Formats: sequence, structure tokens, C-alpha cells
Amino acid sequence: MSEERVGVYVCHCGTNIAKTIDVQDVATWAARQPHVTVARDYKFMCSSLGQEMVEQDITEHGLTRVVVAACSPHMHEKTFQGACERAGLNRFMFEMANIRELNSWTTRDRESATQKAKSMVRGAVERVIHHRPLEMLPVPINPNTLIVGGGIAGITAALDIANAGYHVYLVEREPSIGGHMAQVDKTFPTLDCSACILTPRMVDVGQHPNITLLSYSELEQVDGHVGNFTVRVRKKARFINEALCTGCGDCIEKCPGKALDETFEVGLGYRKAVYKPFPQAVPKYPVIDPESCIFFQRGKCKACEVVCPTHAIDFNQKDEYLQLTVGNIILATGYDLFDARKIPQYGYGRLANVFTSMEFERMVNAAGPTDGQIVLRDGITPPKSVGIIHCVGSRDKHYHEYCSRVCCMYSLKFAHLIHERLPDTEVYNFYIDIRASGKRYEEFYHRVLEEGTHFIRGRVAEVTDAARMPGEEGKLIIQVEDTLIGKQRRIPVDMVILSVGVQSRHDSQEVAQLFGMGCDFNGYFIERHPKLDPVLTMSDGVFIAGACQGPMAIPETVAQAGSAASQVISLISQGTLMMEPIRARINADKCSGCRICNNLCPYYAITFHEDRKVSEVITAMCQGCGACVSACPSSAITGAHFTTEQVMSQIEGILWDVRETIPLMARS
Amino acid sequence: MSSEPYTPVIVGFLCNWCSYRAADLAGTARLNYAPTMRPIRVMCTARVEPQFVIKALREGADGVLIAGCHPGECHYVEGNIKALRRYTLLKQMLRQFGIEEERVQIVWAAASESKVLADAVDAMTLKLQAAGPLRWRQTVLNGHGAEHAVRESAEVRRAAALAAQHVEGER
Amino acid sequence: MTDKGTSPAGNGKPKLAIYWAASCGGCEIAILNIGDKLLVVDDAFEIVFWPCAADFKYEDVRNYPDKYIDLCLFNGAIRSSENEEMAHLLRQKSKVLVAFGSCAQEGCIPGLSNLTSASDTFQAVYMDNPSIDNPAALFPQTVTTVPEGDLHIPFFYNTVRSLDQVVPVEYVIPGCPPEPPQIWAVLEAIVTGAQLPAPGSTVIGASHLAVCSECPLEKHEKTIERFYRPYEITPEPGLCLLEQGLMCMGIATRGGCGALCPRVGMRCEGCYGLLDGVEDQGANMISAIASVVNVGKPGDEETELERRIRAAMDSIVDPAGTFYRFNMAHSLLHRARTGNHDDVRRVKSEVPHETH
Repeated sequence: MSEERVGVYVCHCGTNIAKTIDVQDVATWAARQPHVTVARDYKFMCSSLGQEMVEQDITEHGLTRVVVAACSPHMHEKTFQGACERAGLNRFMFEMANIRELNSWTTRDRESATQKAKSMVRGAVERVIHHRPLEMLPVPINPNTLIVGGGIAGITAALDIANAGYHVYLVEREPSIGGHMAQVDKTFPTLDCSACILTPRMVDVGQHPNITLLSYSELEQVDGHVGNFTVRVRKKARFINEALCTGCGDCIEKCPGKALDETFEVGLGYRKAVYKPFPQAVPKYPVIDPESCIFFQRGKCKACEVVCPTHAIDFNQKDEYLQLTVGNIILATGYDLFDARKIPQYGYGRLANVFTSMEFERMVNAAGPTDGQIVLRDGITPPKSVGIIHCVGSRDKHYHEYCSRVCCMYSLKFAHLIHERLPDTEVYNFYIDIRASGKRYEEFYHRVLEEGTHFIRGRVAEVTDAARMPGEEGKLIIQVEDTLIGKQRRIPVDMVILSVGVQSRHDSQEVAQLFGMGCDFNGYFIERHPKLDPVLTMSDGVFIAGACQGPMAIPETVAQAGSAASQVISLISQGTLMMEPIRARINADKCSGCRICNNLCPYYAITFHEDRKVSEVITAMCQGCGACVSACPSSAITGAHFTTEQVMSQIEGILWDVRETIPLMARS
Repeated sequence: MSSEPYTPVIVGFLCNWCSYRAADLAGTARLNYAPTMRPIRVMCTARVEPQFVIKALREGADGVLIAGCHPGECHYVEGNIKALRRYTLLKQMLRQFGIEEERVQIVWAAASESKVLADAVDAMTLKLQAAGPLRWRQTVLNGHGAEHAVRESAEVRRAAALAAQHVEGER
Repeated sequence: MTDKGTSPAGNGKPKLAIYWAASCGGCEIAILNIGDKLLVVDDAFEIVFWPCAADFKYEDVRNYPDKYIDLCLFNGAIRSSENEEMAHLLRQKSKVLVAFGSCAQEGCIPGLSNLTSASDTFQAVYMDNPSIDNPAALFPQTVTTVPEGDLHIPFFYNTVRSLDQVVPVEYVIPGCPPEPPQIWAVLEAIVTGAQLPAPGSTVIGASHLAVCSECPLEKHEKTIERFYRPYEITPEPGLCLLEQGLMCMGIATRGGCGALCPRVGMRCEGCYGLLDGVEDQGANMISAIASVVNVGKPGDEETELERRIRAAMDSIVDPAGTFYRFNMAHSLLHRARTGNHDDVRRVKSEVPHETH
């Protein structure tokens, strides 16, 4: 190993590193370390000049290894690996020491930071001299794509990929695609009818030859890796034979069973036991809900079966399990709404005329439970005054600290719709800030202002029906501090709308774990990089799009879905993917057949050969976690690029100043 | 062991997907924490074998921190659970060697949980300051009458490297 | 008796020395257990030093010229200054020095005392021992002055070391003890002039694979719920002992013994030491078996997961003694930190010190 010639480069990164770490000292010190031939410091290593410097040194000084002490390998490892490759050095003969994110940016202690930088450089040098040249591995990409979630995100991504000529499986847990957008009446700021812009796309999905729609289905298990995922999907029993059903709806008409529609109508209306969530549902097949079906509960009825002209009702239908093989997966699972019952002082659930935003959305919808009439809970009386409370559950340390991004705009939308339908009704919006940052949003706000909406700046303290002053009898009183005039106010209204925030799906954690991924503190899926890679995840081949990544409205969702789709299309069109060769290999000569490793692989990449009594890692399936490498009691498994020798040497290097080196025994 | 003020040295094993990114994020966010943790990147905490921890302690570290994804969120499905099993047994054994509980710790930090990681480093630093330095080679291996050259494993490693070379050459 | 002269000229036969340092004598017995092959050995070699079997004195060895001894089989660990002195002496006087047996190779059972300290050991033996009555609290002294002069006894080190931690060795024959057929195989190779592998702590007389490769028991994928002490269960015959929860070290132990212990339903204890390319047998063992303890899966709640894993590992009694039973002195940590590293008495005699 003494023939190794290592080049060490210490980056200033402007003042990002140099302000805290004495980079010149580190470079000078590095030049004195064993195996180091060249050591330099430079202002911006990632610049073309910086890279050229490395390439030149490789050629002129015959460097066999390179260490760059700079930012995180997640930033520039590929940059410098490329530089090495251009100079004829295998890209894996390179190591980065992260002295910025993991050092200079975390402390103001110059002395400790410089000492730590030296350790990290020394560790990198000791490690890199044990690196071996490696080649990237080609992995074929299965051209099928799985999209989980059939809201506007899933629909957009599915159509983009299908139109590019590739096959898509779209899995949706509800009986119809459409998601929350199907529940909405009008969309801000254009006041487009939501169903009108959504349903054509839903129909496209339903009819597209490249899309296999698996509605009323759940994702059960995911195995594999990018290019080759095996997915198990459970198609829940509709009790309707899809091959025979024409969607005529006779069964729904005749069904005597009734249930509160808690999903689509958010409890504001009823549906039958056999039902379609909404008239434009795609697919058109209804579904029987066993909980409310008289036959399933009591063994009687079967009216639907009697009237069905094509005999499509099948009470014996069972859940079906499907095994799909796909190359990429897009998660577009959407959002849940904040449960307003968590804030008891707003009275939802207790005071009849307190509504959530989604309830109001359904109410205002012409196809909704009140045929578009804005009425109180009694179903008859229109309100003469409405209070809309912003930021319910959002921007609040007790519930969700974040801003839900969409509530201000939909609250303004509500204000406008109320003015439109009930011109004499007073509308009060209680806000903290008006967040109208999208295209034409601010203009919409002004329009609503000019329509005579009253805006009161203050976080509502409570909604109560306890009248204290004249004019409050029979009303809901909103108690709030009007911060612009610095006074407490009590505003009596007939109806209160709570603009609840959005939150991650209640089972986002379980879904993430299916993919070996995590969620952040708020339950949203974690993106690879918040600025530059919002739709990628840490797992290659798994993408996220839409409100499952964070609060957002329809334009952002569609953009993310398109972005994820284009990334998938790019991967599929390449046909093969070059994967990092960080994988394990069993040396059959050293394997004693103990079989400890056999069931440690999460990708089932280890097999045992009964004839030769040795185990083997199937390189193409190995993802490089190192579990088997660590476990092998004979040290017969090598983990490329993370070998025991490399890590042990790095440990020695990183502790250079605290290990007291005791001289080797002289050998005879 | 004395608790005179000294600067502890912690070797941190960070997994590429969660804790390393959490550490990166801590830096990006300019979260200040004790500069005592010297990081070593592995792809997964499953790669952190007990041998690495023991080696770090032997070579002078006062403590070792293993940081990975939360159970259930491992990029490789359950590598962190394997790490937890090994770490649990290792800790029990290290007690018999007179190495205290606080010197080897495992912490779970998702990619966005920069503060969790920073706090873990700070907490461990404080505990190690109280427990005193470990500096195994100086304090334990160099006790009177036990002066000896610990057999450098360079020979062993060279042999392994040659074996690996042979293996790579086959491909 | 052979000629004890200092002259290197003898009867032309290669000179053989066998010495025991801190050992139990089992290696000597193993050598005798090669049976009638002993006659071949006696015929082929001239024995010039063998305290167990012949009356040679240290003075004899000191008087030999350097490299006089062709082959020295040194068993036993380095526990005292006497052991160390003889290690240096025999190194000086031997062409080929072999660390014979687990004690010399890696510390073996004496190495387990590295979990305690010399002073605690003395306390246990000379004071707390139930069959000792020592009201004057007398402990052995390295130097005792009597009217006739000073009496010296060896110094008892705090830390047990292997032979190659004191002097370099050419070969290592592992085992506790090395199995007689393996001993004979090595001696036969030397007697017949066969080419031995390149020297440098090179292991001979053993396999390069783990015990599993020689073990006839059936092996499957490992999923262990907990471990048992050997007396707690009767293993099912024909089935891997580790899979049944017995702590068989065979997976991490060098073979060559023929898997004698697992063959009779007794778990391997690891006496043939570690394999090539492994730095610490105990650490490898911990990694391997902890990995296959089938407790905990993704989705478990964190504290419950930790509790269940801890409970499973609690079924392993004395992990340090189990995993480092034989190779404590060769382990990375080498010894426990006892807070007491001053040796019992300072040495005043001419015992050689490492001066670095």
C-alpha cells in the first residue's frame, strides 16, 4: 500500500468552510501524512477550475487515489468522481470528507473544527488507499408503472405516462377515482367547476388502453427494487361482476338499505347500501357496502339481484389478490383534512350550525345533499350571516405548526359563493394573514374584498351559543380579538364555517413502511431534496407527487405529477439503469456453509447451493445494505466499497490524534 | 475514572439514507452542536458490525454513536433492526469489559430530524464528559506490566485484501 | 539422556524443544496422544528441552547457541515474567518457533483472567478463598529477603498475552488442545521435509474454513428465538445445534478438529480460534448470532421492540466469557477495564522490559 499516491484537496467553499476551518493548515498538515503525494487548498473545488486541478494532478503526479474535503458527498461526489474518470482514474478510487455540512456549518469553535477536519481527512485517506476499482452495473427497467392513488395527482401522472406509450397500473382504494377534487364544487381562483375539469380526465383514464385501473383496491406488499418491483394488490370485493355490469343504476334505485355517506358527502347526506360515490364515478360500477346491506346483515332482500338486467350482482364475490411486476412506483395518496373536533372551543359536533369547509363544499355543490342550497342544519333556513374561520388546526403549535396553503384561498372562495347565492347575507372572514401567493390569487382576494366581505384579523378564541348581549339570542357568537383595532369583539352569526387545514393521510406511515421509507414529523412522505428533488424519494424508482408530499393546491399537484411522470418516462425509455456497484459477494472458497446469511437479505438475494454447501449472493439483486457482510462469521462476504478493511482503516485514520500508536513487533 | 474537563471524541456511524442526511440538514440549517462527533458513512446501520464499534473504542474513541432510520423506515427494510439486535448484545458484553452504558448509543433519526441527531450528539458529549475519557490504548492496554505491542492487523488485512483481489479478478 | 553440551554438533538430527508457559498440560498430553507416532518423532528429532518430560534446565537453554533449536513448540500463554523470559529466550535460540495450542496462539482459558485484575485475582486466591486462612494478609512477593540473600519469584502480570504479542512466531498450531492427528500431520510434514507455507504467524495443522464445513449436522436458515445453556435442553440429533438455541461457536471458529464436539451433541466452544481475515472472533460471533435472533420486525413499536430484543439477548449468560472464551488475548479490546491497572508489585529484578 505504500506505493499509493493520494491527492488531497481541501475546499474553502468561499467562506462556508474557510471561515471556521483553517483550510490552509489542514492542507499543509495533510501533505505530511502517509501516502499523500499532493495536498492543496482551493476556493471552490466543484468549479471547473477546481476539477481541472484534480485532473491535472492525476496526470502529472500519477495519483492513484483522490480525497476531496469539501461539502457533502450527496452534493458533489458524482462531480469529483467524474473528474477522476476523465483523467483516467476509476471513479471509485475517490473519497469525500464532508467538512462543511458535518463540520464547519455546525460549530463556531475554530480549533475543534480544524482538528475534526484533520481527522476526517486522515480517515478518508486511510480508507481510500483500500478502495478497489469498480464498474457500474446495468439493471433492466420493467416498463410497467404503478401509481398509488387516483386523485388528480395520480390521474395526471397516469395519463402522462400512458400517453408516452407505457403501461400503468393505477390503484385507488375508493370505489372511484377522483379523490378530493371530485368533492369540490368550484376551484379557486378561476371558479371552474371542479367536476367539469376533472371528469374528462377521469374518463380518459377509464378508457385509456395503456392504463389498468384497479379501483376499490389496496396495496398489500411491495418487494424488490427499482426496475423490478413485485407488488401485491388486494382488489376488494364489490359484489358486482364488472364484466356484466352496465352501470345502469337500477340496483341503486331499488335498494332499500341506507347509510350515512361519511366519505364523499362527509356525513351531510345519505347513500344506499349499493352505491356509486358520485354520478360521474369512474369506473361506473357500483359497490355494495356489507355494513349497510340488508342481505349481508340479516340475510333478507336481494332487491338489487332481482332487478339487475344483466345479473351482475354476486354476493359470493371474494377479494382478489393480484401480483404485479413494475419498474417504477409513484405515490399519489393525497391528504386528509384536520378533524375540527380536536378544537372543542370551536364547537364542531356540539353546535349544530358549525360546519367544516368540506361540509360547506358539499352543500354548495349543485349535485350535493342540499342541491346547492346554502342552508343551516335544519336543511331549510338560509343563514343571514356567516363567519368563516381561517387556520383551523394550522399555524398552531398545538395541532399543526405549518400553514396548509390552500385554506385562505378556499375561504375567500366560500365568501364569494355566499355573496353570489345569498346576496343579502353578511360574510365575515377571521384570518391571521391572507396567503394569496399564486397566479391571480391576490386579485381574487381584492374581488372578494370589494364584494363587501368583512375581514377581521385575529385568531378566533371560541364559538359559543351562550348569549350575553342583546342581538345574540339564537345565534352563534364568535369571540375574537380584532388586532387591527385592538379590541375584543363578539360577532353573532347564523352559520360558522371552519376552514380546516390539511394533514397527511392517517395511514401514511404504514404506506411509507411498505417501501422502506419514512415520513417526516407531520406524516408527509420525505422527498430526496426539498428544493431540487421534491418528487424523488431516497428509494430509486419510488416517486411522490401531490399533497402526500406536503400541503398544496391543484396547480402544484398537477405540476408535481407531471414531473414524477417525466422522470419515470425517462427511466423507462433508457431501458437499463446503471446502478452503483455497492454490493456484496461471497467468496465461495471461504464459505463454510453455516447459512447464517441466508435469511438476512431483505431482497432475497442470497441462495444456498446444496450440492457445494456454500451460499451465494445474486449480485443483480443485491442492494448493498451490508447486513450479510457484517453477519458473516467467517468474513467470507465482501461488501464492495464498504469493505471491513476500508472501514477499519477509516476508523484508525479518524482517530489519528487519540490513538497512541504502539510500534509493531519486529519480525524476525 | 476522573471527570476533569476534556473533549470527548465520539465516532459516529451514520447511515446514508436517514441519519447522514439528517446530519447534512443540521449543517445546512446551521444547527450548532458539539464538534465531538467524527462521522463515518455507511449505507445502512446493518453494516455497522460490532467489530467496528470495538475497534473505535480500542483506537481511542470515548464513545460510539450509531445513528439510523426509525424501525420500520429503513431504506433496506429492516437493516436497522439487525443493527439494534447486534448493538443490544454488544452493549451487554461491553459492560463486562468495564465500558459504561453511555459510551455506545444507538439513535434513530429520519432524514428530516436534524435536531434529533444534533441533540443526541450534545447529550452524549455531556454524558461522556461526566464519565471521563476512555482512551483504551493508553489507559487499559498500557497498564504497568501489560506493555506490549498489540498485534497490528495489517498482515491480516493485507491477506484479506489479496483474497478480495482474487475474487474481484474473477468478475 | 542426550548430551547436554553446548556444542551444536550432535547426532545431526534436528533439535526439538517443547515448552509450557501458562498452560494446563493438555497440549503435552495431546502430543503424547499421537501414540506410537511418538517413536517416529523421537527417532527423527533430538529433544533438547522439554520440562514436562525431561530434566533440562533453563541454564542449558541459555547456553545453547542462537538458533540452535530447529523447532520449538511453545504452548501456554504469557502470564508471568518467567513465561515472558522463556519466550524471549526460546525465540533467540530457535530457528522456527511455533505457537502451539490455543494458550500460546490467543490466550485461551488463562486469557479469561483479563476480565479481572492481578490484584483482584490475588485477593480471591490468597484472602477470600474459603479454604485459606490468611490473617496476616500475606501475598506472594517477587523479592523476599532472607538471611541467606534475596529470593526471587516471577512477577504476575496484570494482563495475559499470547506468544506472538511478545515475540514473533513462524507458525501457529491452533486448538485446545490441537488434535493429535493434526499434530502428527505437521510433524510428519517436517520429518518428511515437505514444504510448509510461508512463515509469519501462519496457521498450520488446521482448516481454512469454519467448523461448519466439517460438521455433519443438518443446517437450515437460522431463526433463533432465544438461547439455552447446555444443560437446559437435549438437542435433537442430526440438526444444527445453533439453530436449536445452543451457543455453538462453530460458525466463527476455524475447523480442522473434525467438528468433534458438535458430532456428539456438544456445542463447539471455539477452541481452534479465529479464521483468516477475521480480526476479532468474539465480535464476529456477536454479529452473526445477533443478526439471526428472530425478534423484532418493521412496524413494531420502538420501546417494545427494544424490550423484546433485550429479553432475547438476556438469555445469553456471560457473553464476554462465551465469545472470548479462548481468544481474549487476541481480541481487539484484549482485556477489561477494571480501574486497577497497577500491577501488584513493582518489579525490581532483571526481568526484561519492553522499552517503548
